[in-house]
Amino acid sequence: MTTDTNRVLACIDGSILSEAVCDYAAWIAQRVDAPLKLLHVIDHHPETAATMDLSGNIGLGSQEQLLEELTAVEQQRSKLRLQQGKLLLQAAKDRVIQAGIANPDSNQRHGSLVESLIELEESIRVLVIGIRGKVHENQPDKIGAKLESIIRSLHKPILVVNEAFKAPQRIMIAYDGSEAAEKAVNMVANSPLYKGLTCHLVYVSKDATATEQLLQPVADKLTNAGGIEVISKILLGKPDQLLCEYQDKHAIDMVVMGAFSHTRLHDLLLGSFTAKMLTTTKKPLLLLR
Amino acid sequence: MLFLSKKQDWLGNVRGDVLAGLVVALALIPEAIAFSIIAGVDPKVGLYASFCIAVITAFVGGRPGMISAATGAMALLMVTLVKDHGLQYLLAATLLTGVLQIIAGYLKLGSLMSFVSRSVVTGFVNALAILIFMAQLPELTNVTWHVYAMTAGGLGIIYLFPYLPVIGKSLPSPLVCIVTLTGVAIYLNLDIRTVGDMGELPDTLPVFLWPEVPLTLETLKIIAPYSIPLAVVGMLESLMTATIIDDLTDTPSDKNRECKGQGLANIGAGLLGGMAGCAMIGQSVINIKSGGRGRLSTLIAGSFLLIMVVFLDEWISKIPMAALVSVMIMVSIGTFSWSSIVNLKQYPISTNIVMLATVIVVVWTHNLAFGVFVGVLLASLFFANKISHFMYVESELDEANSTRTYRAIGQIFFNSSGKFIAAFDFKEAVDKVVIDLHRAHFWDITSVTALDKAVIKFRREGADVEVIGMNEATATIVDRFGIHDKPEEIEKVMGGH
Repeated sequence: MTTDTNRVLACIDGSILSEAVCDYAAWIAQRVDAPLKLLHVIDHHPETAATMDLSGNIGLGSQEQLLEELTAVEQQRSKLRLQQGKLLLQAAKDRVIQAGIANPDSNQRHGSLVESLIELEESIRVLVIGIRGKVHENQPDKIGAKLESIIRSLHKPILVVNEAFKAPQRIMIAYDGSEAAEKAVNMVANSPLYKGLTCHLVYVSKDATATEQLLQPVADKLTNAGGIEVISKILLGKPDQLLCEYQDKHAIDMVVMGAFSHTRLHDLLLGSFTAKMLTTTKKPLLLLR
Repeated sequence: MLFLSKKQDWLGNVRGDVLAGLVVALALIPEAIAFSIIAGVDPKVGLYASFCIAVITAFVGGRPGMISAATGAMALLMVTLVKDHGLQYLLAATLLTGVLQIIAGYLKLGSLMSFVSRSVVTGFVNALAILIFMAQLPELTNVTWHVYAMTAGGLGIIYLFPYLPVIGKSLPSPLVCIVTLTGVAIYLNLDIRTVGDMGELPDTLPVFLWPEVPLTLETLKIIAPYSIPLAVVGMLESLMTATIIDDLTDTPSDKNRECKGQGLANIGAGLLGGMAGCAMIGQSVINIKSGGRGRLSTLIAGSFLLIMVVFLDEWISKIPMAALVSVMIMVSIGTFSWSSIVNLKQYPISTNIVMLATVIVVVWTHNLAFGVFVGVLLASLFFANKISHFMYVESELDEANSTRTYRAIGQIFFNSSGKFIAAFDFKEAVDKVVIDLHRAHFWDITSVTALDKAVIKFRREGADVEVIGMNEATATIVDRFGIHDKPEEIEKVMGGH
């Protein structure tokens, strides 16, 4: 059962990003030596009616007839989706096998994506998911409708993929000195995933008082425990903009940060930093919760 | 919690919900009027109630897409209250009903629905259909042939109109029936009864008013005997309807929240001059059929109903009762579970008896609560009887040691204890008796007493008795109630026999 609780879970939906999701998941699974599981969720959207009959009358046995009708319509739809999902999963499986994963698992579930992931949470080590699904596939400025609630409801690391796969060489940790950031640093230091990578430890300050000394113990921790080469940097200004600029300038391949540490109300009023990062960044984001 | 709802419950199905809400609102108007007439109050009481209950349950109900309003099941329970004490006491009773339902919701009594078996539900639904139909009969007795012709014509329109190409499926046929019959009645200047003859219709939005009853124990004594059955029947029908919608839409609902929601809706209805109501099976099915799924459909149905009634009261008062009767006959036919008649042949006799007994008791007493009570009781008795069939005792004799071993297998409780005792042969002369209970379960004091009796009887015949293999469940209950291992208790038991 130990392998069952420690999986890299990749969410596949057949959008353009699904291939990148497979590649990143395979990359993580190989580096941390964990089994890989591919997940395809069939959301039936039961809140939306499939048929409409406005005749407004009911006769003998109309309840039974209605049940029969609704069942038939849904059966047809689900069969089709089941089939499509199987093909998607097979393609994804072939891809990760080619990437060197020996025995990827695949799983198909009914229900909404968020619910399914909450049910599977115990077995997840890292979740890999595309930044947007099929609905917003061609709208590069939008993030997926369910992404925020997924990130909020799961308490596992989540890699949000937003471009084709490129094996990360240089990662950036967005550090703000908060408890969540501290946790993120500890996770990075203790995980085999980041061994041998260059890590840019970046602190964005609103005033000039912060010094490199603040980052020194953190950098030491990463170097000592993780065997990671650390470059520390302090920037001054608006965090999301600066981090993205820095990312471009230094060819960062992946951003690691804590996510949604504030309450929904706070984010509703002031805007969430995580949400801003999700929309602005062009590189995959690894969110540590 | 009560006001919390998911975004997709409101906005997941906007087009379907709005259209279905309109269809339901049109069908609710004749029903609300008809049920007011059953209860013996002005049509506006039922119409205000339907508006208020639909709108409140849209927000606080536990089953999105279910339609609640003034209903026939509830109307039948308040007839004598209205007759003897008047409308104000009905409003007070409605308030108390709401309070009781909220309490039931917080006590999680909704889970008691698991005791109501499928056949009781079917019986309830069928009885309701019969009652709705019977309530139409006064409109069809001692009237001219015009009324019969109109009613038959109305039914014809309702069931045949949907077969027309194009418009058939886009216009609700009950509406077409009402509009046509009203037109015919006005055009021919027929002298038949209209809705306007039945009492006052709403001409304003409902206003908040506290029922004009003295706040005394006397009032409580008058309304409580009505409020309690109203609360019970309201919850029963609402939860049954919720189950039906769950099945149709393949989605879950929150039953305890539904109880609280119904309570809140009834309190609202009572304060706005409406009668108590609950979920409606027929309307909810129409809503799902018309493509309604979310809370929005219920809200639209309620608010559109009020808008129509307030602005069209002139026209509504001209609707002939015959048109209303046609619509209500359709509702009663649609509510009736046709498959239950078809299944009578295949289902076990006990199931059929439960269903039919529920129907008969309801039709006889006009009280759905009694019917359900009888149905649940019968179903439990039949169940107890069936389970006791799964008990038997086998035995074998070891002649060399003069030992008889009895092996009891199955469930031993009040109903099977007699069978358990009868399995022992006390006349057989043996030195030792072994009672093996490895595969038996003791459920109550009756069964423990039976075991005691058997053991004592064998001892009196001079045999050594050994009881072995009591599993844990049996051991605890024997430990608590058993006496055969306490010599001083033996005389007490035997003395009485």
